[in-house]
Amino acid sequence: MAGSTLEIKNLHVEIEGEEILKGVNLTIKGGEFHAIMGPNGTGKSTLASAIMGHPKYEITEGSILMDGEDVLEMEVDERAKAGLFLAMQYPSEISGVTTSDFLRSSINAHREEGDEIPLMKFIKEMDAAMDYLEMDKNMAQRYLNEGFSGGEKKRNEILQLMMIKPEIGILDEIDSGLDIDALKVVAKGINKLRSENFGCLIITHYQRLLNYVTPDHVHIMMQGKVVKSGGPELAQRLEAEGYEWVKDELGIEDETVEQKA
Amino acid sequence: MTVDTKLPYEKDYVNEFSNNRNEPDWMKSLRLRGLELAETLEMPKPDKTNITKWNFSEFKHELPQVEQIQSLDELPEEIKVFVDLENTKQNLLIQKNQTIAYRSTTSELEEKGVIFTDLQTALEKHGDLVQRYFMKDAVSIDEHRLTALHTALVNGGAFVYVPKNVVIEDPIQTIYWQEDATLASFNHVIVVAEENSSLTYVENYISANQEEETVANIITEVIAHDNAKVSYGAVDNFAAGTTVYSNRRGVAYRDATIDWALGGMNDGNSVAENITHLMGDNSNSNAKTVTVGRGKQSQNFTTQIRHFGKNSEAYILQHGVMKERASSVFNGIGKIEHGASKSNAEQESRVLMLSKDARGDANPILLIDEDDVEAGHAASVGRVDPIQLYYLMSRGISEKEAERLIIHGFLAPVVNEMPIETVKNQLTQVIEGKVN
Repeated sequence: MAGSTLEIKNLHVEIEGEEILKGVNLTIKGGEFHAIMGPNGTGKSTLASAIMGHPKYEITEGSILMDGEDVLEMEVDERAKAGLFLAMQYPSEISGVTTSDFLRSSINAHREEGDEIPLMKFIKEMDAAMDYLEMDKNMAQRYLNEGFSGGEKKRNEILQLMMIKPEIGILDEIDSGLDIDALKVVAKGINKLRSENFGCLIITHYQRLLNYVTPDHVHIMMQGKVVKSGGPELAQRLEAEGYEWVKDELGIEDETVEQKA
Repeated sequence: MTVDTKLPYEKDYVNEFSNNRNEPDWMKSLRLRGLELAETLEMPKPDKTNITKWNFSEFKHELPQVEQIQSLDELPEEIKVFVDLENTKQNLLIQKNQTIAYRSTTSELEEKGVIFTDLQTALEKHGDLVQRYFMKDAVSIDEHRLTALHTALVNGGAFVYVPKNVVIEDPIQTIYWQEDATLASFNHVIVVAEENSSLTYVENYISANQEEETVANIITEVIAHDNAKVSYGAVDNFAAGTTVYSNRRGVAYRDATIDWALGGMNDGNSVAENITHLMGDNSNSNAKTVTVGRGKQSQNFTTQIRHFGKNSEAYILQHGVMKERASSVFNGIGKIEHGASKSNAEQESRVLMLSKDARGDANPILLIDEDDVEAGHAASVGRVDPIQLYYLMSRGISEKEAERLIIHGFLAPVVNEMPIETVKNQLTQVIEGKVN
């Protein structure tokens, strides 16, 4: 079997005592692109953060397995080393640490001690990926995300994704705040990774990105659960008709579970 | 315990010490005056740090015999790392146990009439120049007991003099290596930059006395005449047994610049005072300090910039990392005197706490006696941000390594200012050793 499998079973998640996810079930296999769509405040980003192990989120029930291994027992860095990657909606700014040093540390963290990536090879790969994402090379020497525009931060997340080459990538609203040109570049980066060995979970509330990155599966999230799944045609119908028909079909009045951002 | 007010060294000793060094009469009388003053003057009182129980009296002053260093290859590893061994043409002075042991200068220095030598030689050969600046415009003999005692017991240091209009491209480096575990360092460094001149000076203090107690009482005086530029870097790396009082002071005249990049890496109790007087119009100073506190050490950093000249600019930056049971006080003082209009006094102090038993205190102080000025301050004491840790760890970086990256990043604004690459790398290594 090619690639890895991420299984999310009956996941319940709380933040500060308030339950946000109320039993999410989802399986992502290598080679598959999944999109999770839904209006704001339905728990999409919570799912992404809970999978990666954000310190504010508490798992109260359910399980997350990566190739059968219990992800919830792992520290955040162990999750990454198991093959998970989260492109964050709001990446941290880290003063004094250059993007390049951070990337190199990240790559080396995935390699054995004594088998660190040679500096020249690293620079070559980074330059190539930056060219591909039409990024200003000076960014590599700037401090990580410090003073980056919204679009630069998103490209930087995709740059990391391309260089770390995880088994499963989760993209949390990677399209938010991007103009159409930047969106195309980001999509180009994601598509480059498409292979039997790469599974992807794209979280968005716009169809826009999915015009450039075609998902195999589309899931709609409301009230902290996946309420409907389908193929790419589901995303197109959402684009054309909005979410009201889904709510009507399922008898949902208020789809949210959390305060809107 | 009460402080022993009896001085460890008497008049006869000081007299003989000066005679043995063939010092000019003025120097000998200044020493004796310092000794007299030391009996009556009080100890300095650094704000918010109590130093009454610190060791300032237990030390050895008699100088041991020192063999000259024939080649840099002879140096032990811990000293070698500070030196660019590849560079055979460099301005380097190594003082071992308070005696000059190695000196090399570039032909540029000789040709341009620059004086770069140890203090003892300077007193012999350039006595008048030394007399013009020694404890005159920057530090006074009678400020407190330690300045007086310093004057009485000066036993090492360097003298750098750059003539008018001379610009020195290559940095000037000194290494003050205290190999003798109990020998005290009463180092005195004078850097004079005449009109329109410029230079970069970098120094390293290093000792290895973990257990044996001694004292370092160090005074630096930097004088930048009109339109001169002095860039001053230092890494203080005394071991835990040394109690350190260091006083680095600058005087900048019209259009002059004095920039400081100071690495406070001592392991023992330390008072570090860095004061710059912006005397002239359009003078300016950047005073940057970085430190890592560990063990049980207590440190006090006071950076002060006083504006006398109009349109003078100052920026103070202090970054400290505190671990274990270390405690540090950071006093940043911007003082604008009456008449120093259009001046700007900015400062920033940040403390990163790595342990619940560590203590850090950042005190920004602005004292302004003039209306038409700008001033600003920022201060914070905090812990490593868990969301930053999460972000780094989400890329596979271990918690320890993530914390290491954040700490180095936190200290980078000062570390990156170190003017010599080998010293910058070495400071990074010292930090590495301390935070791990």
